[in-house]
Amino acid sequence: MTPVQQDRRAVLGFLLAIVGLHGALTLSGQWHDWAWPAIAVSFIVLVLICERIGRHVPLRARKIYERTLALGFPALVLAVWEMAGAMELISPVWFPPPSAIGRALWDVTVTYDRFSETSLLGRPWLIPQEFRAGGLAGVGVLLSESHVLATIGRVFAGFLLGAIPGILLGVVMGINQTVRLMLDTTLAAIYVLPKIAIFPVVMLMFADPFGEGPKIVVVALAVFVLMTINTMTGVRTIEPVYLMAGRNYGAGPLQMLRHVILPGALPVIFAGLRIALGTAMIVIISVEFLRAKQGVGFMTYYYWEVLIPEKMYAGLVVVMILGVTLTGLLHWLQRRLMPWKR
Amino acid sequence: MASNPAPKISARNVTKVYETASGHMTAVDDFTLDVAEGEFLAIVGPSGCGKSTFLRMLAGLEDVSSGQLTIRPGTDPKTPLNSVVFQEYAIFPWKTVIQNVAFGLQMRGVSERERLDVAQGWLDRVGLAKFADHYPHQISGGMKQRVSIVRALANDPEVLLMDEPLGALDAQTRVVLQEELLRIWEETRKTVVYITHSLEEAVLLGDRVVLMSAQPGRILEVYDIDIPRPRSIETMNLPAFALYRGAIWDRLSAEVTRAMEMQQ
Ligand SMILES: Nc1ncnc2c1ncn2[C@@H]1O[C@H](COP(=O)(O)OP(=O)(O)OP(=O)(O)O)[C@@H](O)[C@H]1O
Ligand SMILES: [Mg+2]
Repeated sequence: MTPVQQDRRAVLGFLLAIVGLHGALTLSGQWHDWAWPAIAVSFIVLVLICERIGRHVPLRARKIYERTLALGFPALVLAVWEMAGAMELISPVWFPPPSAIGRALWDVTVTYDRFSETSLLGRPWLIPQEFRAGGLAGVGVLLSESHVLATIGRVFAGFLLGAIPGILLGVVMGINQTVRLMLDTTLAAIYVLPKIAIFPVVMLMFADPFGEGPKIVVVALAVFVLMTINTMTGVRTIEPVYLMAGRNYGAGPLQMLRHVILPGALPVIFAGLRIALGTAMIVIISVEFLRAKQGVGFMTYYYWEVLIPEKMYAGLVVVMILGVTLTGLLHWLQRRLMPWKR
Repeated sequence: MASNPAPKISARNVTKVYETASGHMTAVDDFTLDVAEGEFLAIVGPSGCGKSTFLRMLAGLEDVSSGQLTIRPGTDPKTPLNSVVFQEYAIFPWKTVIQNVAFGLQMRGVSERERLDVAQGWLDRVGLAKFADHYPHQISGGMKQRVSIVRALANDPEVLLMDEPLGALDAQTRVVLQEELLRIWEETRKTVVYITHSLEEAVLLGDRVVLMSAQPGRILEVYDIDIPRPRSIETMNLPAFALYRGAIWDRLSAEVTRAMEMQQ
């Protein structure tokens, strides 16, 4: 028997084993009691099947095979989840089925919640109508009801306000030993503080503790500390010989910054930006849980309070989509600014 | 040539002491030496004897602990005093090949058109024209070393300081680049201080060869290499070449043995 035939036979056997296992359990009326162990065993057998198939995928189809695994398995999980809900293996209150979450997502997108006076995206399809009625101001009012725009706005403002000064201070601390010695311990101490713990203090500092100010500032602070420490590390880990080359070829202080120090630290700065983005998301969602009348975090929490779990999950899905989109944006920026890393 | 009344480089009792956790460490000890304008000076010595340290002091990248070390400026104040070819290449990974070569000119405010023209000319000369827009990670080690050499040449300094520029190369590439260096030096006749591990290379390229002792780095001996120029790889077949190499080797091996015995 050739290896191909062997593996083909094995795959067939494994498939039969899965079908047989579930069939036998169903026929004997025990499927419901043994469902979870049976699903676990099926998963292991599925891995074996995929590995057998993977051995014979030709090189040019490799990408397709890998993509099928990467996207197909989550799809399968969703399907099993849906089924488990229908079979009442899991409580729809805790784990509403994906179809319900999808419907909820559609629902929060197209409807306006009168009680909280919000909608997910700000109902962009009403823009022409509002523009005719109230001009740009009318459009502004319309979009200001959006959860997504509120969260994105806070993250962007906080990110810029924190990252730019953070990178600047990080460069100074990387170059100047005195400044570094003076600030390093303080920053290291703030770094380990959960940023959300600063939120009450930040609220104290503002005349309107429930306004946008404290929310943006707490994001900015978290990003600032992270970016300072990362940029400092980036500058300090530049090979000394590049600094010597810069000096030897006549670079002045500003030229050193522009041609040697910043590009030399850029890989570490971008690694820091990615971490900072994750932190910013955590901080903004927590802050919106605590004190907000709007935002994706608020929405998620609001549907917990009124106990509509599928809409809670819809909120989580939106947070994931936001995170993935913003990370993609950062990757794009990185490719633009660091062409030498391809 | 050492008797030239106005040397290009003059070192008087130059000493470098590093403060380390375990006390003082003398890296360069009482170095006295003149280099004439247009001279090619080669320095050889055991690893760790302070060659790179001396070169960095000469380049002004490190302070001299005691003594005096000067490079006489040329007539044109705009010409940079020295340009270093670093032992580790040190070409910037974030700049393309041509941007690297044009770097010195850019720092001096030469217009973009002009500096790219000059850089392109040098890349043509060393056969790297096709790679002008590549980034360093896309080219081979030998090409990187050529870029680093040409970056120094394009800067057109009073003095070229080269720290084992061919050190990390395979034997064939090394020979090709030695020929290239000889050719370029014949054309430019720059003052060069050239550090190398290889006695052959020192004798082939140098007007004089300075042999340094193991730690602390002192001048053991200075050899005048009276082999006529222009030289080429064939020069290595001359009887005179073998004589010089033999003489320096005898002295160096005795020194290396002494250094090893000292460590025990
Ligand atoms: N910044 C420094 N601090 C302390 N010691 C140093 C420093 N730089 C170099 N040294 C020491 O000085 C000595 C000479 O170093 P150097 O790099 O000049 O040697 P080298 O002759 O160039 O060696 P190689 O041939 O291996 O390149 C070594 O023992 C090295 O450890
Ligand atoms: Mg060295």
